[in-house]
Amino acid sequence: MSLLKINDLRVAIEGKEILKGINLEINPGEVHAIMGPNGSGKSTLASALAGRDNFNITHGSVQYLDEDLLDMSPEERAKKGMFLGFQYPVEIPGVSMVNFLKTALNEKRKYNNLPPISASDFLKIMREKKELVEIHSNLTNRSVNEGFSGGEKKKNEIFQMAMLEPRLAILDETDSGLDIDALKIVANGVNKLRTKDNATIVITHYQRLLDYIIPDFVHVLYKGRIVKSSGKELAMELEEKGYDWLKEEVV
Amino acid sequence: MNVEQDKILEEVTGSEYKYGFITDVDTETIPRGLNEDVIRIISAKKNEPEFLLDFRLKAYNHWQTMQMPTWPHLKIPEINYQDIIFYAAPKQKVSPASLDEVDPEILSTFAKLGIPLEEQKRLTGIAVDAVMDSISVKTTFRETLAELGIIFCSFSEAVQEHPDLIKKYMGSVVPYTDNYFAALNSAVFSDGSFCFIPKGVRCPMELSTYFRINAANTGQFERTLIIAEDDSYVSYLEGCTAPMRDENQLHAAIVEIVALENAEVKYSTVQNWYPGNKEGKGGVFNFVTKRGICKGDNSKISWTQVETGSAITWKYPSCILRGNNSVGEFYSVAVTNNHQQADTGTKMIHIGKNSKSTIISKGISAGFGQNSYRGLVKVLKNADNVRNFSQCDSLLLGDKCGAHTFPYLEVDNDSAIIEHEATTSKIGEDQIFYCNQRGIDTETAIGLIINGYAKEVLNKLPMEFAVEAQKLLQISLEGSVG
Repeated sequence: MSLLKINDLRVAIEGKEILKGINLEINPGEVHAIMGPNGSGKSTLASALAGRDNFNITHGSVQYLDEDLLDMSPEERAKKGMFLGFQYPVEIPGVSMVNFLKTALNEKRKYNNLPPISASDFLKIMREKKELVEIHSNLTNRSVNEGFSGGEKKKNEIFQMAMLEPRLAILDETDSGLDIDALKIVANGVNKLRTKDNATIVITHYQRLLDYIIPDFVHVLYKGRIVKSSGKELAMELEEKGYDWLKEEVV
Repeated sequence: MNVEQDKILEEVTGSEYKYGFITDVDTETIPRGLNEDVIRIISAKKNEPEFLLDFRLKAYNHWQTMQMPTWPHLKIPEINYQDIIFYAAPKQKVSPASLDEVDPEILSTFAKLGIPLEEQKRLTGIAVDAVMDSISVKTTFRETLAELGIIFCSFSEAVQEHPDLIKKYMGSVVPYTDNYFAALNSAVFSDGSFCFIPKGVRCPMELSTYFRINAANTGQFERTLIIAEDDSYVSYLEGCTAPMRDENQLHAAIVEIVALENAEVKYSTVQNWYPGNKEGKGGVFNFVTKRGICKGDNSKISWTQVETGSAITWKYPSCILRGNNSVGEFYSVAVTNNHQQADTGTKMIHIGKNSKSTIISKGISAGFGQNSYRGLVKVLKNADNVRNFSQCDSLLLGDKCGAHTFPYLEVDNDSAIIEHEATTSKIGEDQIFYCNQRGIDTETAIGLIINGYAKEVLNKLPMEFAVEAQKLLQISLEGSVG
């Protein structure tokens, strides 16, 4: 059974078609990288999969765990194990990370008919996961993303991913704006959380993240279509030659 | 705004006011209208001493010379005072000796509101004075408190049993000449709570008054007086609800607090009067004068209010900081949804040297609600080294509501340090989607965000009430995102 199967997905925003027929299949245990120049539709794909509602899905279907993903609300998708690492995580003043994550975790547990987690168990898990993703600062004592630096926000996304243990994680340009140390922490987190049952889609503009996260597949998204799919060597090629040779190839 | 949010907004406005029931109990009322005779009747019914009747009549005469003020940022329909019943009392003995003498209907009303009056059922740690319409129904834990010398009873009883204290302090903080509604209240007030903490006593339990309007066409005019002698401490809470009725009901109360040397009084309000229906029909007009005086050095008065109800709210719980080193605090969350209007804030009058005040105001507007913060910080000439910090935040949900801020500063002493911060924000679709993506549905997300926004204020409430206030905020704003 594939985890995610996208079939000829077309998405428009305010009447303009951004995704023009995406096909993609993702199986458990795989890491896929989606690369492409700015404006090719990478973030639109991520948001459409997560269920952002200002998108108009004009055509196609998406199966997630053999169910119709497009039929589900964003929170239902999340509770079924889909996680989006945001490119620009928002600040929620006054809401502590602890309260936020505990609420999120308990919503998910409720969905799976599990009782709410006890405070002590929660704090224990939180400690473990902080360790795992090497976040030693006191980010968790603060309000959600409030006053976080760019790097802290991205690390916090990976920490949330660790806490929520998704089946399918989509990381939308998680590497942008990170220095090399932060990049390593983020990549390291993703690698440690990798299992044979879950899968990750890494969306990135640059090849450098893929020095640390080794993808099974690399796809190039250009003008709303996946124009090339290959193994990890494609990333190297893109780094060397840029995107221009592909653009010519498409024409 | 997209369709989904419109739908949710629709749901909010449809959400029910769950305290809107009416108690079927025999009520003794006097004829509608207001004149000297009505005042004499009220005073006679309460068997009041002469000085009190004099006070009422002076207030009434003064009130007649006054005009309803027009400065608030509120649209108030004309009030016909000849159409209001100024005294309504559930028929029972004025002061039931035991619970057996209280009408079971009334007991079940308070039980339904989550206020059981049987002492053995009460959480230990809270004494309650329950007021329905014009009279106090029952005050719990009186005997326990009396052992410490604390007097906690209805205002009417205090008039009978402690007339000297009433004579000395009533009107000393809010004189009947103070404003239009204070004059009206002083003329026709019915009941309320009285609390006296003697020198050196820390009140061991929370004291609370629970106000309930039941009878139709009546106004509620209660008066509360709290006196904290030297080195004493008390934490006081009031809650209020009313049935759903199509006509507006007038509530014009007075609260006076006197804090002597080193005394501390915390006064918390969770105000949930009926706000009217979604078209803005009905609801309580909540026109209240609350003021405390930090009379002695090192005294402290702290106001905390969570205002979610009432069609129109107009109140400015204030502190007169007369003692040196005295401290005044005002923490407020005010919600206006549907067609609710609020003009609320505080006055901090610094007279004593080194006096300090803190103002934290959090306005939340949704639907067509209009929410104004109005606050005065006044520093008198001899008040050296005064400090004030004010923070006024507004949160908007939807695009049809309004938030306004009217800060006033009058500083006559150069040594004062005054800070004022103000922000306006909206709950964004981005915040909601972020929560959704973590598996948190929109309702819960709004609850989280609102409570996060109001946290600084909610933290100031006594524990039991903080939880209740959190739920109340969530209910009164369910789903109103924009």
